[in-house]
Amino acid sequence: MLEKFFNVKKRDIPGGLWTKCPSCNNAIYTRELNDNLKVCHHCNYHFRLTVQERIDITFDSFNEMFSGILPVDSLNFVDTMPYSDRLKEASSKTGKEEAILVGIGTIADKQIAAGIIDFDFVGGSMGSVVGEKIFRITNYARENKFPLVLFSSSGGARMQEGMLSLMQMAKTSMVVGKYKEMGGLYISVLLHPTTGGVSASFATLGDIIVAEPGALIGFAGPRVIEQTIRQKLPQGFQRSEYLLEHGMIDSVVERKTLKETLKKLVTWHGY
Amino acid sequence: MAIDKNEQYIDFEKPIVELYNKIEELKRASAETGEDMNGEIEALQQRVENLYRVTMKDLTPYQRLQIARHPKRPTTMDLISGVFEDWFEMRGDRLYRDDPAIIGGIAKLSGISVVVLGHQKGNDTKSNVYRNFGMPYPEGYRKAMRLMRHAQKFNLPLITFIDTPGAYPGIEAEERGQSNAIAESICLMSSLSVPSLAIVIGEGGSGGALAISVADRIAMFENSVYSVISPEGCASILFRDAKFANEAACALKMTSYDLLGLDIIDEIIEEPLGGAHRDKELTILKVKECIQRNIKNLTNLSEEERKIAKWKKYASMGKYSSK
Repeated sequence: MLEKFFNVKKRDIPGGLWTKCPSCNNAIYTRELNDNLKVCHHCNYHFRLTVQERIDITFDSFNEMFSGILPVDSLNFVDTMPYSDRLKEASSKTGKEEAILVGIGTIADKQIAAGIIDFDFVGGSMGSVVGEKIFRITNYARENKFPLVLFSSSGGARMQEGMLSLMQMAKTSMVVGKYKEMGGLYISVLLHPTTGGVSASFATLGDIIVAEPGALIGFAGPRVIEQTIRQKLPQGFQRSEYLLEHGMIDSVVERKTLKETLKKLVTWHGY
Repeated sequence: MAIDKNEQYIDFEKPIVELYNKIEELKRASAETGEDMNGEIEALQQRVENLYRVTMKDLTPYQRLQIARHPKRPTTMDLISGVFEDWFEMRGDRLYRDDPAIIGGIAKLSGISVVVLGHQKGNDTKSNVYRNFGMPYPEGYRKAMRLMRHAQKFNLPLITFIDTPGAYPGIEAEERGQSNAIAESICLMSSLSVPSLAIVIGEGGSGGALAISVADRIAMFENSVYSVISPEGCASILFRDAKFANEAACALKMTSYDLLGLDIIDEIIEEPLGGAHRDKELTILKVKECIQRNIKNLTNLSEEERKIAKWKKYASMGKYSSK
C-alpha cells in the first residue's frame, strides 16, 4: 500500500548484478552501488537501507534493547485483510517483530541511544509498539545521560490501531520533551519518506534535525495535498532541500558523512 | 420534542419526521372536526419519542459522524459564549497572522479565570471559507501554544474544544511547518502542569485534533468522533475506495463509546435527543457542569500530583503484548 503511495518499488532494492537507478535510470553495477553506501554515483539518489545496513554504516557496535514487545490487534481491524495477517506478513517479509529497532550504539567511544524505524514493516507506521519502544529508549537515554538519535522513515500513524496509534504521537512527544528539558541532546535524522503522525510528533522535535538528500518530508502526503488544492505541486516540494530552504531542518547530510556528523555533534555537546 | 420542519434531517431521522408529521395531521383533523383525538395523539407522540430514542441508541459510527458534522452543531464559539460569563479573545501567533480556524482567549466561569481555546468551524459557506472549515494552518497551532504558555504563566486552568476535520493539507501549511507546529503543540501541552480539560465537541480529526487535546482529562460529546484518520481517507488508502467510508468508520473505533472502552477518553457528555444541535441550551448546561466538576477535581490535586498523573496517563497509552 505505502509502496505505491511513496512511489517506492521493489526494483529500488538492489539485488541482481546490475541495479537500475529509479531516479536517473542509469544501470549501476550492484557491487559498486553497495560500496558507495547504496547511493547512485550518477545522480546521488539515496536508495533505501535496511535497518541492519543503517546500523552497519552508522555504528561501530550496536546492542538491541527492549525486544519482545509485540503488536496486538486490539480493534480486530479488517481492511483488505485482517490486521493480524498483515502483521504476520510484515514479520515474515522483514524478519522483524515490529517497525522499529532500538538500542545502544557506539561511535568511537561514544554511547548513543538510538532508534531506527523500518519502512518495510507496514510502511514504518507508528503503532503502540513503536511508541512504547521510543518511550523506553528515550527514558533510558535520560537516565543514563546518553545522547538520543532517532532515524525516521514512516508513512505516519498506523491506521489499523486507530486512536491507540494517534496517542503514540502524544506519548513520544511527551517523553522526548522531558528528555530535552532535562538537558539531553536529541538528534532527529529524517529519511525518505517521513510523513504524517511521525513527522508531526517526535521526528520534528529534535534539538537538531538533519535529513538525507532528496527525502520526502511532510505532514500530508503529496497526493492528499494535490487532491485538496487541485493543482500541481512545485518542483522539489517537500524534499529535504526544500525544507532546508524553508527553515524546517538544520542540514541536508550526505549518507557518507552522516556518521562523522553525528560523532562531531555528540562530542561538541559534551558527551 | 421540538422538530422544526425547515431543519436539515439526516437519513435515519426520516421515519421519525414522518411520524411527527402524522401527529400534526391528526392535530389539524381534530381541530377541524372537533373530535377528541388526544388519546391517539398522545400515544403516537410516545411512539415517536421511543422510536427516536431507540434510533439514537443504535446509530452506526458513520451516522454519528453525520451528527458530528451537522452544520447546526454547536461550535466552539457557541459554547464559549454560552458557558462563560465573559471572555476576551486573544488573537494572532505574533509570528505570521491570526488563524481563524483556532480561536481562544481568557474567560470567566463562576468567578474564576480560565484560558479557553478550540477549533472553529463556520456555519455557512461564507463563514466556513473564512474559518477554512476548521482546518488550522501552523499559525493556528502557534497561537494555541501562545495561549497554553499564558495559562501556565498565570496558573489558569486550560479548557480546549476539539472540532476539526484535520490540520490543513496545503502548500503554504507545509512550507510554514505544519508537522513541527503540531509536534511542538503536542509536546508543550503534555508538559503543562495547570489543570487542563479537552472536550471533543464534533470532529476530532487526527494530529490536527491531538495538537490541542493532550489534557489531564479528555471528554467527548456522545455523538462526536475522534480518529487517527477520517473514514474517507482511511477507506481510500486501506480499502482502496472512498465509498467504503462506512466500513472504515466502524473499523476505526472512533465513537465516544468505543474510545471510553479503549481507555482513550475519560468521560462522555450525553447529548440531547437527536444531537447537541437539537437543544443548545441543554448542551451548554452539560458542558458547564463537566468543566466545573473537572476543574474542581483537578484543582484539588497539587501541581506535582497533576504532573505525575498526566505522565502516567500518556505513558500508558497503547496496547501491546510482551514476550
